[in-house]
Amino acid sequence: MSLRIVVAVKYVPDATGDRHFAEDLTTDRDAVDGLLSELDEYAVEQALQIAEAADDAEVTAVTIGPEDARGAVLKALQMGAAKGVHVEDDALHGTDIIGTSLVLAKAIEHIGYDLVVTGMASTDGTAGVVPALLAERLGIPQVTLLSEVAVADGKVTGRRDGDVASEQLEAALPALVSVTDQSGEARYPSFKGIMGAKKKPLETLDLSDLGVDAAEVGLDGAWSAVQDATARPARTAGTIVKDEGEGGKQLAEFLAAQKFI
Amino acid sequence: MAEVLVYVDHVDGAVRKPTLELLTIARRIGEPVAVHLGPGAEAAAKVLGEHGATRVLAADAPEFADYLVVPKVDALEAAAKAVGPAAVLVPSSAEGKEIAARLALRLGSGIITDAVDVEAGADGPVATQSAFAAAFSTRSTVRKGAPVITVKPNAAPVEAAPAAGAVEPLEVSFGELATGTKVVSRTPRQSTGRPELTEAAIVVSGGRGVNGAENFSVIEALADSLGAAVGASRAAVDAGWYPHSNQVGQTGKSVSPQLYIANGISGAIQHRAGMQTSKTIVAVNKDAEAPIFDLVDYGVVGDLFNVVPQLTEEVKARKG
Ligand SMILES: Cc1cc2nc3c(=O)[nH]c(=O)nc-3n(C[C@H](O)[C@H](O)[C@H](O)COP(=O)(O)OP(=O)(O)OC[C@H]3O[C@@H](n4cnc5c(N)ncnc54)[C@H](O)[C@@H]3O)c2cc1C
Ligand SMILES: Nc1ncnc2c1ncn2[C@@H]1O[C@H](COP(=O)(O)O)[C@@H](O)[C@H]1O
Repeated sequence: MSLRIVVAVKYVPDATGDRHFAEDLTTDRDAVDGLLSELDEYAVEQALQIAEAADDAEVTAVTIGPEDARGAVLKALQMGAAKGVHVEDDALHGTDIIGTSLVLAKAIEHIGYDLVVTGMASTDGTAGVVPALLAERLGIPQVTLLSEVAVADGKVTGRRDGDVASEQLEAALPALVSVTDQSGEARYPSFKGIMGAKKKPLETLDLSDLGVDAAEVGLDGAWSAVQDATARPARTAGTIVKDEGEGGKQLAEFLAAQKFI
Repeated sequence: MAEVLVYVDHVDGAVRKPTLELLTIARRIGEPVAVHLGPGAEAAAKVLGEHGATRVLAADAPEFADYLVVPKVDALEAAAKAVGPAAVLVPSSAEGKEIAARLALRLGSGIITDAVDVEAGADGPVATQSAFAAAFSTRSTVRKGAPVITVKPNAAPVEAAPAAGAVEPLEVSFGELATGTKVVSRTPRQSTGRPELTEAAIVVSGGRGVNGAENFSVIEALADSLGAAVGASRAAVDAGWYPHSNQVGQTGKSVSPQLYIANGISGAIQHRAGMQTSKTIVAVNKDAEAPIFDLVDYGVVGDLFNVVPQLTEEVKARKG
């Protein structure tokens, strides 16, 4: 029996670029080049490893986002995913995490799954809650924030390193997994992978294909709203000294003047 | 006055500091009602009452420890249905955010995560968040349902505000999903005796420049002289020199102490995301061009193995 794995990947503005907000207070996606969120590369990597360890498995990458978000799915296909799905609809502009989780859940159901794999958080929104929301909507166990994961005998197991303890988790399939950046380096696409990706099926869906009402998504459908965004004032230039043998003492002097010692 | 639910983060009844900060915030919006799940409700209620909780809704069941996240969502949902709160506040830990998200969906409420401040507003609470590695600060409101807001450590001061803190049992019936993810085993993290990274007033961090696990003793010695927590960059963590639980940055902890001292850390955007809101920033780096110097109040261009031990000696001497 084949193992159907769906990995959710997000297309985000490059964090090393000068990111800012558009006039309607959504993330400005034009100012900075986009890419597959680095944290979702770990999700693709683990999805591929789980598939490779199974007898018969297929990995489908899914993204929700504007036209160029297709780039996220394409990268996943280059890394080794078999199929891609891109959900694109003008009505999606400004969708919040609640709405994103709704559309993603519908898309994942449309694709069909035994295992859903996500990243730990998106590098632009950084909320880290879409995985829990997906598990709630799909009605399947959430096995999240794993630094180690394995699937065998219809069960997923993994290690979750929390604030106060490290936990060993276990759930029956179908289940949702999210993986951290401690789960193991993601592979680079090979030349063969890059060439092969162009021939892989990449389906584009809109909201009507998924039976989602446009009123439930977008800026107007959002359950929360950004009122304003302010650039953080630039830090005033500090004092910088070169260590000529007294650097530690000078630093101590500064800390004392600031009443830290 | 409207009641505000506060989810209590605790270890066997010992309430963690961020929960007390939430009580301060809850009092800006209404009357705090705490929700305590697991053992130790009586001990916790005493502390919660001292900080403003009028009631402490308590439930204990093996499910809370034996299964991941969902039993706590079931309990918080029961509390919200019983209380009809004006808002629900949850500490912004990894687990807290997951609980809050599922709860929000069940209640039909909008959610705001990782708030660094929350104020009362004309149309409900207004939450401040940091965006794009703290380059921006945004203010948001919830448009649907009772707002569910997760709040980061250090968002508000801990304030004494005596209230009844009466313990009341909370009836919880677990749904089918509650036992979906079993916690097969749990290994508690060893305490170092140093302050908690996210709660510390001073954080001393080391990066790739520390160049080896054994050399972190230089960083620890400075931290101990100042009573500080120890942090590390991802490069130092990935090299295996320091535990991941001490990582500062986008995929580690975000800290906002009074004083942050970065040693041998270049200041990559993902590191800055976790420390940029620190009040005073100091760096020691041998490269005068390192981007960390753009952030500092005071910087020393030099070898950390000369500067840091000298600083540690000075601190000890001055403290007597
Ligand atoms: C998705 C993603 C998430 C990430 N999350 C995080 C995160 O949470 N936290 C994080 O820190 N990084 C994170 N990173 C990694 C980040 O991009 C940087 O690679 C990392 O922060 C670099 O660590 P560093 O400053 O210690 O090392 P480097 O950038 O190598 O800098 C080392 C510095 O030490 C100085 N130095 C060397 N020797 C000495 C000496 N003897 N004395 C004084 N100075 C010396 C050098 O001049 C240099 O500036 C993330 C990256 C990605 C892609
Ligand atoms: N628009 C999106 N398309 C596909 N996957 C997404 C999207 N948004 C979030 N995800 C997935 O959910 C994870 C957590 O995202 P977030 O909760 O937004 O921080 C990401 O790592 C992705 O796996």
